[in-house]
Amino acid sequence: MVTNEPRKNRIISDQQAENITRVEELAYEIKVEEVMTRNAVTIPVTDPMRTALNIFRDMHISGAPVMNGQQMVGILSIEDLIRCMADNDLSAPISKYMTDKVISISHNEPVVEALKFFVNTRHGRLPVLDEQEHLVGILTKGDITRGLLRALQRERQEEELRRYRASHLFDDIESDRTSLILRYNIKARDFTHGGAASSNIKRALMRLGASAQIARRCGIAIYEAEINLIIHTTDGGVLRVEIEPHQISIEAYDYGPGIKDVNLAMQPGYSTASEEVREMGFGAGMGLVNIARCTDYMNLESVYGKGTRLKMKIFLNQEETVGERSTTPKEPAA
Amino acid sequence: MNVQDILNITQGKLITLSADLSREVKGGCGADLMSDVLASIQPEAVLLSGLCNPQVVRTAQMADVAAIILVRGKQPMPQTVQLAEEEGIPLISSPYGMFELCGRLYQAGLRSLEMPVSGDDACTCND
Repeated sequence: MVTNEPRKNRIISDQQAENITRVEELAYEIKVEEVMTRNAVTIPVTDPMRTALNIFRDMHISGAPVMNGQQMVGILSIEDLIRCMADNDLSAPISKYMTDKVISISHNEPVVEALKFFVNTRHGRLPVLDEQEHLVGILTKGDITRGLLRALQRERQEEELRRYRASHLFDDIESDRTSLILRYNIKARDFTHGGAASSNIKRALMRLGASAQIARRCGIAIYEAEINLIIHTTDGGVLRVEIEPHQISIEAYDYGPGIKDVNLAMQPGYSTASEEVREMGFGAGMGLVNIARCTDYMNLESVYGKGTRLKMKIFLNQEETVGERSTTPKEPAA
Repeated sequence: MNVQDILNITQGKLITLSADLSREVKGGCGADLMSDVLASIQPEAVLLSGLCNPQVVRTAQMADVAAIILVRGKQPMPQTVQLAEEEGIPLISSPYGMFELCGRLYQAGLRSLEMPVSGDDACTCND
């Protein structure tokens, strides 16, 4: 942002102008209930003003709705309290100093309505009511500022992600069946870099526009497979990921030593990891179980003395597809 | 509850410099074996662990963890800190032990984001 320029010459850049407009738009889009403070502090109408003084001081607030049971009957602000203290009248009931003509706002009004209210009056807060006229929260200018900033930040992050997404990849290339293949060589015993491949694959999927849930399932399955290659293989192995608009196919293969008993290896809690590896946080015996849980199809083939090949698939439905296109049939053959 | 609240409750020290303290934390999960974490954790949780190697960050990244707390005042390896900075995951060191920390956070209203062991449930893709 430009700050050092003399005030008169300061020109609002396009980007600033854009942001201002966006804030205004957001004020129309965002509802009061999204930015209000829930569980507002309230004061019982029958209490003396001294209670209000204590509450305001202890909670660092400068106003609160006044309640008669579940019913809001007024609002008390710090100005009211000052008047009362000037009169040296702290034992008086709240009802004597509160404002009883309360202006409130409905929880599903757009934020801009509240902004108009704050601009046109000297009030600092608005009680928020639901359809049954019950108090559900309180709204201050600070709440609105925070809410709008949060929304702007969220949008900026989404925008950034969108820019990264290579989501037109599958659209731009003409073929009967397009796929993107990623290959990673995994070194045995390289715990320091363990997970780097999974991390890159997860990121690639996000950029291709996969949903967070799909990216997470793939990430976990591939990470477990990668760690297995690091822990168990003699010479490391290879991770191969094939991404298509309708499915993600993952293979992890190595050339030894192979698994003695595949059924036993599949049992939750079973692990052949050494004590040393366990101390590093691995070998819970949940790796293959996690993979099975996160994938739609899993096949483990191993010949002891030769090597292991783990195949996994995750199917994508129309909404979850990577790339923009999903022309392939919805029910692919496993 | 956000990361700043977590720091206050755990009297934790923030190790990563570039953390977003306003990031929301939806619950918690505690484990030292990374596959246990991956087997049970749901997204946006704070992860409590005694493990200090880079794998705790990798695991956190795969599982969409919002922040990591290292228990018993453990200091992570430099590679762990570097990876956490790169991935933008706040790394916190707290002087308390695992049990104490879980108790404090739970009492402060943080719910568990550990899934029970039972189910072949999570798969929602076959509809």
